[in-house]
Amino acid sequence: MSAVLQHLVNQPYKHGFVTDIEADIAPKGLNEDIIRLISSKKNEPEWLLAFRLEAYRKWLDMVEPAWQNVKYPKIDFQDISYYSAPKPKKKLASMDEVDPELLRTFEKLGVPMHERAALAGVAVDVIFDSVSVATTYKEKLAEVGIIFCSISEAVQKYPELIRQYLGTVVPPGDNYYAALNSAVFTDGSFCFIPKGVKCPMDLSTYFRINTEESGQFERTLIIAEEGASVSYLEGCTAPRFDTNQLHAAVVELVALDDADIKYSTVQNWYAGDENGVGGIYNFVTKRGLAKGRNSRISWTQVETGSAITWKYPSCILRGENSVGEFYSVAVTNHHQQADTGTKMIHIGANTRSTIVSKGISAGQSNSSYRGLVRIAPTARNARNYSQCDSMLIGSQCGAHTFPYIQVQNDSAQVEHEASTSKIGEDQLFYFAQRGIGAEEAVSMIINGFCKEVFQQLPLEFAVEATKLLSFKLEGSVG
Amino acid sequence: MINANSKVLLEVRDLHATVGGAEILKGVNLTVRSGEIHAIMGLNGSGKSTFAKVLAGHPSYEVTQGTVLFDGQDLSVLAPEERAQAGLFLAFQYPVEIPGVANDQFLRLAYNTVQGHRGKEELDPLEFDDFVREKMKLLKMNPDFLDRSVNEGFSGGEKKRNEILQMALLEPRLALLDETDSGLDIDALRIVANGVNQLSSKDNAMILVTHYQRLLDYIVPDYVHVMEAGRIIRTSGKELALALETHGYDWIHANDQATGAQP
Repeated sequence: MSAVLQHLVNQPYKHGFVTDIEADIAPKGLNEDIIRLISSKKNEPEWLLAFRLEAYRKWLDMVEPAWQNVKYPKIDFQDISYYSAPKPKKKLASMDEVDPELLRTFEKLGVPMHERAALAGVAVDVIFDSVSVATTYKEKLAEVGIIFCSISEAVQKYPELIRQYLGTVVPPGDNYYAALNSAVFTDGSFCFIPKGVKCPMDLSTYFRINTEESGQFERTLIIAEEGASVSYLEGCTAPRFDTNQLHAAVVELVALDDADIKYSTVQNWYAGDENGVGGIYNFVTKRGLAKGRNSRISWTQVETGSAITWKYPSCILRGENSVGEFYSVAVTNHHQQADTGTKMIHIGANTRSTIVSKGISAGQSNSSYRGLVRIAPTARNARNYSQCDSMLIGSQCGAHTFPYIQVQNDSAQVEHEASTSKIGEDQLFYFAQRGIGAEEAVSMIINGFCKEVFQQLPLEFAVEATKLLSFKLEGSVG
Repeated sequence: MINANSKVLLEVRDLHATVGGAEILKGVNLTVRSGEIHAIMGLNGSGKSTFAKVLAGHPSYEVTQGTVLFDGQDLSVLAPEERAQAGLFLAFQYPVEIPGVANDQFLRLAYNTVQGHRGKEELDPLEFDDFVREKMKLLKMNPDFLDRSVNEGFSGGEKKRNEILQMALLEPRLALLDETDSGLDIDALRIVANGVNQLSSKDNAMILVTHYQRLLDYIVPDYVHVMEAGRIIRTSGKELALALETHGYDWIHANDQATGAQP
């Protein structure tokens, strides 16, 4: 049985290929001149350059965090190129004009973009390296007043909106990686749902890291005005490389009164080979501000890739009656390391939050849940429910839980539940004795374990996530 | 039901098996024909349960010597799931809990997998639901158990009934019931035994592994074997079980000495 399992778990990364598109790459290294170069390449207004420089200066004074439960060699931030863009081409009027090589890349990824967009009714804002190449469905969305475009485009077209909101949830000096991102971000997505508008379709971005050794610093900003709602999907896959790639994204969400933002991620970046060589370092700051009364921010993530994941999608529940949710599945295999969780900061009265975290560890990997629930003195009658379950596959992996609970208002109700389980040989034998092979057995057990999280995903994503998890874990029991 | 002309389903010859280096089976011989019910009795540690697990292909056990033919096919080349697909069924002594996996989904996947291998039609969730509920009546099972996780939080009796339900669904050619009677109260024992009797036919065979005679009050075996130290040391009709119940296992040896037979 274990030979079959070994084979399955050692399947090479499916999306390991490099697209041959000429990139315009900045020289390696980081200094104020490079930041000025990025800003001028992108034709940015003066205030944005000032924002970047302020972040850079703060970053210089900051220390790389070391409290997380992961180990990796020291990153040489001067050995990274901070800007790369496909050679500028004439403006694209339709999908037909998109570089065929790029389209082929999407084919290989199994994301035939135009078909997908048409069939699934999903608008895809394609991030290819750092520059957006094509945006679909934009007109349809524009009809109802929704803005969905790259953040670079938004800087040009809607500078006042960007200026009003950028950095208000994750300030430039928030943390080491957020400061770095604020200094050098090259692109990302911008989404604005005006007052009273329910976004008629899920908005989706497929990120892709393409140029070797180019750090990726995406910046995403989503704003839902009073009574607006949106469901946003982020999916990732990256080609195979031998050197580690740093990814330090920042995502900011702002929900005003009665607004609702649902942000779903399926992350499948290259995790390194079976010895842990290569793979993406994913150091991400994601935070939502439930600013208005009755607003809701909901994070759902399925983390399967990356050599290292350092990520805590958080909610600041400022508005009265606002709701924060975090549903997470984090899968680690081989030598992957994940330190992920959430922060629920209750400030407003009657705020509620739910945390459901499922960690699955296989191989020699290490998975940690780290979560903070903070009830501020102002948060009367706040409620939190947290559930952290870990599943171990094999005997060489680890699972850890670090819950932090700070309650400063005695009307709060905070619950925390945790469990650890293991897929054992006896379970697999039980399946086998009923005619069910190890692959299907593991898939069924894992899907059962993750059910509460998968239920939160949009249907299309749920199907993908189920397949992805099976693919990642089949055969890791032995 | 003994019929010397019916097909040989299982042919075990000089079977030796080890677990963790220790030899547990030391030369088991057994022939089972279609339509027969066999009981294997013996004390704890005699190798009865090991025998059942070895036939099913449990990965912890290693066959070191001997052959097993199932329906003429060498079992040693088949993976555990292939043995199950070929119609070999083990009702576990201690069914494992599988949290998060709903029983109905598990049962349907098992059913459809085995059906698929028999070239028979698979059932969609609605069809299967009707089918499984019908089978559950046989075992007087509460329908809410379909929505629960496989064996999770089940009482001992519920677990055993679930095993027999799976047997009813999969319609095995050879069923190994490993101490299905242990941990059952008398009502549950009757229900389970009744289910087993209804499933028994001239086209299948059963091997009941048990400590006690009481199961055999309800399921009448054609043969009773006594296992000791990894071998079958005595084979007889159902009256052997009654004698064991009355006199205890030591009686066999006393009996052997009296008759001068070798154990």
